[in-house]
Amino acid sequence: MLADKDRIFTNLYGRHDWRLAGARARGDWDGTKELMDMGQDWIIDEMKRSGLRGRGGAGFPTGLKWSFMPKVESERPHYLVVNADEGEPGTCKDRDMLRYDPHKLIEGCLLASFAMRAHACYIYIRGEFYNEASNLQVAIDEAYDAGLIGNNSCGSGWKFDLYLHRGAGAYICGEETALIESLEGRKGQPRLKPPFPAGVGLYGCPTTVNNVESIAVAPTILRRGASWFQSFGRPNNAGTKVFCISGNVNRPCNVEDAMSIPLKELIEKHCGGVRGGWDNLQAVIPGGASVPVLPKSICDTVLMDFDALRDVKSGLGTAAVMVMDKSVDVVAAISRLSTFYQHESCGQCTPCREGTGWLARVMKRMVKGEANLSEIDTLEQVTYQIEGHTICALGDAAAWPVQGLIRHFRPELERRIREYRDAKTRDKAAA
Amino acid sequence: MPKLTIDGIQVEVPANTTILQAAESVGVEIPRFCYHDRLSIAGNCRMCLVDVEKSPKPVASCAMPVNEGMVVHTKSDRANKARGGVMEFLLINHPLDCPICDQGGECDLQDQAMAYGFDRGRFAENKRAVKDKYMGPLVATYMTRCIHCTRCVRFATEVAGVPELGALGRGEDMEITTYLEGALSSELSGNVVDLCPVGALTSKPYAFSARPWELRKTESIDVMDAVGTNIRVDARGREVMRVLPRIHEDVNEEWLADKSRHACDGLAYQRLDRPYVRRNGKLAAVTWDEAFDAIAVKLRGAVGSRIAAIAGDLMDAESMMALKDLMTGLGSQNTDCRQDGAAVDPKTRASYLFNSTIAGIEQADVILIVGSDVRREAPVLNARIRKRSLRSGLTVAVIGADTQLTYKTENLGASADILAKIADGSHPFAEKLKNAKKPMIIVGMAALARADGGAILSAARQVADSCGLVKDGWNGFNVLHTAAGRVGGLDVGFAPGEGGKDTRGILDAAGKGELDVVFLLGADEIDTAKLGRAFVVYQGHHGDRGAHRADVILPGAAYTEKDGTYVNTEGRVQEAYRAVFPPGDAREDWTIFRALSAVLGKTLPYDNLKQLRARMVKANPVFASADKITAAPWKSFGTSGAVVATPFDYPVKNYYMTDPISRASRTMAQCTEEFVLGTKQKTGTHG
Amino acid sequence: MSARVMAENQPESFKFRAEFLERAHRIIAKYPSSRQASAVIPLLDLAQRQEGWVSRAAMEHVGEMLDMASIRVMEVATFYTMFKLAPAGRNHLQVCTSLSCWLRGSNDVVKACKEKLGIGFGEVTPDGAFSMEEVECAGACVNAPVVAVGDDYYEDVDYASTGKLIEALRRGEKLPNHGSVTGRDGSAPAGDKTSLTDDPTIKIPKQDLAAAKAAFEKAKADAAAKAAAPPPPPPKPANPAP
Repeated sequence: MLADKDRIFTNLYGRHDWRLAGARARGDWDGTKELMDMGQDWIIDEMKRSGLRGRGGAGFPTGLKWSFMPKVESERPHYLVVNADEGEPGTCKDRDMLRYDPHKLIEGCLLASFAMRAHACYIYIRGEFYNEASNLQVAIDEAYDAGLIGNNSCGSGWKFDLYLHRGAGAYICGEETALIESLEGRKGQPRLKPPFPAGVGLYGCPTTVNNVESIAVAPTILRRGASWFQSFGRPNNAGTKVFCISGNVNRPCNVEDAMSIPLKELIEKHCGGVRGGWDNLQAVIPGGASVPVLPKSICDTVLMDFDALRDVKSGLGTAAVMVMDKSVDVVAAISRLSTFYQHESCGQCTPCREGTGWLARVMKRMVKGEANLSEIDTLEQVTYQIEGHTICALGDAAAWPVQGLIRHFRPELERRIREYRDAKTRDKAAA
Repeated sequence: MPKLTIDGIQVEVPANTTILQAAESVGVEIPRFCYHDRLSIAGNCRMCLVDVEKSPKPVASCAMPVNEGMVVHTKSDRANKARGGVMEFLLINHPLDCPICDQGGECDLQDQAMAYGFDRGRFAENKRAVKDKYMGPLVATYMTRCIHCTRCVRFATEVAGVPELGALGRGEDMEITTYLEGALSSELSGNVVDLCPVGALTSKPYAFSARPWELRKTESIDVMDAVGTNIRVDARGREVMRVLPRIHEDVNEEWLADKSRHACDGLAYQRLDRPYVRRNGKLAAVTWDEAFDAIAVKLRGAVGSRIAAIAGDLMDAESMMALKDLMTGLGSQNTDCRQDGAAVDPKTRASYLFNSTIAGIEQADVILIVGSDVRREAPVLNARIRKRSLRSGLTVAVIGADTQLTYKTENLGASADILAKIADGSHPFAEKLKNAKKPMIIVGMAALARADGGAILSAARQVADSCGLVKDGWNGFNVLHTAAGRVGGLDVGFAPGEGGKDTRGILDAAGKGELDVVFLLGADEIDTAKLGRAFVVYQGHHGDRGAHRADVILPGAAYTEKDGTYVNTEGRVQEAYRAVFPPGDAREDWTIFRALSAVLGKTLPYDNLKQLRARMVKANPVFASADKITAAPWKSFGTSGAVVATPFDYPVKNYYMTDPISRASRTMAQCTEEFVLGTKQKTGTHG
Repeated sequence: MSARVMAENQPESFKFRAEFLERAHRIIAKYPSSRQASAVIPLLDLAQRQEGWVSRAAMEHVGEMLDMASIRVMEVATFYTMFKLAPAGRNHLQVCTSLSCWLRGSNDVVKACKEKLGIGFGEVTPDGAFSMEEVECAGACVNAPVVAVGDDYYEDVDYASTGKLIEALRRGEKLPNHGSVTGRDGSAPAGDKTSLTDDPTIKIPKQDLAAAKAAFEKAKADAAAKAAAPPPPPPKPANPAP
């Protein structure tokens, strides 16, 4: 288990002062100028070497992403946009960083913007996080007042402005190009790629969009060194990570631990175990609503990292672990997620707009078993008709939970259909 | 230039070409709904997915730029499967009501479903129903059929320049609507019907009146403005059912203005279908012989100088040539095709042409509009300026009242004398024109058709010369006509001959009793009260103002009912073909003059259209080359005089009614109520 | 799912009050000039904070302020679910029923709300005091179930605590601080600490920047030298198969 001295988010639970004085006492804003003096190339190289993979769900190497930005400034300004539109069901890690460790994020914004030659950064926070936004704004104001950001950030001579922008209720704005559209004052409908944001992003300018956690861990990585961060987790899955464990565990919580921690250990050590004991476990969604569900048999041994979860046809996603014990109607649970995607589809492209509604409706019937056996195959085919055919990944995200359900719980679906049919037949006979 | 392989065919295309375009260039058709080459790329329908080797997912070919060495398969299993899936999604919530849908037979979705649709549905849920939206008198909506391709939204925003259409809500509940379900206030609104790939937006006036396979399609030229929009006239039997645009890249691209599209029902009303002679103050139906005799009686012994002819705005060049020749035979030089008295110089072609050409607008960087409400006088040409304005580096300035053009303009003032100030260099805008690479001035009829029109023409000419509007193969001097027949009329010489009178002179003389006989060839836009006691022969197709004043009415043919030549405002000679026969006893116009000339003993020397057209070429060689623009020589024109400092008065007060056909159109009457008078109550679902 | 209906009764006009106008101008200043449309969501939010909901007049007013067509503003207002298109109750309750909350009893929370208020989702009590709405994931999943009262999240709620909240609201009492109603520190596990027990102000070791710089420069020089070196000879062609 990770030692406290290796935890980045030392105020994850808000037990300490989240404002500047408290943050400084916990080591934030310590030698920021010296880090900037190391130069842009070094920062990006260090981030690459750290092995940090994006914490927003897709797991794209952060340093590599930064390196895609143009190396020289032109008349088109560069932008960093921080994705704080946290809304993936099961996920609530960014919220804690925003409200309890805002200075880690702000310092990260400065370093990342500097590395990518951006003089302005927007943090796009979901509208519902009103109190979190209030804390963050206070922290931003503090940073300005202390000269940490602004015309001469940390005395480095780098001009840097940081703005907070609140959204208004749309899961899709967590997709980077939808977020940019939304930030420009339009509906959050994802853009076609190419062009990629690093070439044509916010206001048509080079832009990088990063998750809160990816940015907030950067100052510590740079301060302590890439090899320190690299020392946690398996190769290609480096670092520490904030996990969100919700659902049927005894003590749901957020916790920072090392990558590649066994799922069982994570649950037993930090969450007081599964409600009713490990053997009462039915299934786990290991990485937020978008990734396929895993049955207990896989949960017994699986490690919590990108590659291990990919190998069992699921994913680490946002590392939001949703635990379901044996009392849970797993079909209803997945049906609930299908409803979510139907609600959150932006409606732009055909497969997602039409397909999410189709899935949600069939899933509602599947909960009751009100279907034909052949509809299980149809349902599965529909998910494959959505997957990979949409503009953004929301289509995939809607497809995968249903695919996971059919992969691991097909007998359960079949049982319900038969029982429903038998009940109908009995009713008819009785009548 | 990247080289790639599409379905085994090697192709080399410019960088930034999309896969879809590259495929088209080698004849590989990729299905699409949302993609339209004149609109921004949306990539939302996903029908154009293709299989690209080494790509983990199928890619939307409409949006993906080609890469060196790309290997594309448009008909592989993966591509077909992806499209089959998309098609199924499109159909699950689409009502399969093709038999009662007006789009049936010309529906992209119907066609593609034949190729990619399944033979049965797997969707066991209830289909979505969407409330229809009011969009005005021209566009009927069946929103349940909408497939959310957003072509209409992009058209309204990008081409029409009226951001009134949008998609509200999200997900499967997203609905296309105009703001507060108002009528789409664009003169180009009908194009959304053409763009809609399904039957969600259909033509309201044409609703349920014909199936496409019943229609006889004839290529023609629009006469409702001077743009020369290429159209197709769809007729069934003797009736024109609808008018659609044809593609002409240099003229109208593929757009058509609403009046041009929807005034066609006016062809069926108020028609002159037999000759009439006024007897005891009342018009009496007569035979052609009786009508000709009545004219012959009046002309017997008449002096040429006491005879005159005015040609109207919708006239084909052939009719005007024949009438001009007849007038010459009668010894009259009093002919004019400028009903409004526009002060262009009939002898200098450059003085009356849109010399930069319509396509040339796309190269302009500074445009000065003088006395023209371009949006209502030439909506399609206005769309070209709008198109140019979407790229950066265009300045548009206006002298005249603001009329909500669809691009950003700088208003220099309403008064005409500002032009004189630019001409003499005392107005700062002169500098802007001088510094421009491709400057344009567009002079409208509001400027030229006033009493000081000659002086304004001179001032505009002076601007052209002093600000360098004419240089290096670029002529930035442009006259924007409102009459389709105007340039053709001037080109055949339907203007005052030596010592002859122009329109103003003819009306003055008639008022003073100095004229015995006046021919009005479709001339309805003059003040007929000024004709005094002259014997008026009206030849035309509608019982409009001219006919009401006539002593003899000769029933002619409307533009859809004759083979005719029209020359648009840029000097482009274009041919229209007869779609239907004229009603009743009405005849093609030139044949009437040919017949009359024989009765009068002044027989015109042509017996068929071919001979007449040879005669036109002799009169003006421009008629020898159809659809070609020959740059008009830059010669001197303009008259001296002072520009009067009064505001311009735009000629088009009501876009929807500007000529006898549109005045007879019920559809145009509805548009007038909706858009001009504002009296129409919102109906239906407005809430 | 998100088809939300605009109110039938719409006010004739809308204007920001002075303090809101001042905030609006401060918000607009965050974005580059000519990009003021970026402020549309925050300004609609301000309008909602002033009036309780977003009326057509407010949309048009915001459009005018930002030089946006009314239809574009309406697209935004109807797309984002936090914008209320009709007046809501003075206390607006948002109950999360998404998976994590559902797993921990959001059905009971919904039941409590419905019983106490006598209304369903999307409805307003006759006295205008309460309205309730079902929302998708509120993003406080480890503190599920969650119910939001206005801007404030109440976490770890159940049937009884939700009922108490509503009663307090009805009596016009000041609510307890937002957050966990069971007294948890944020998202920490209830009960014993499993992490973050050390003093957070203990100095952490930092890397030697000078050494890091030197290593970086050396690696760069090595890479440059390697790039400049002549390319390795092409591999010998494999023997053709016999």
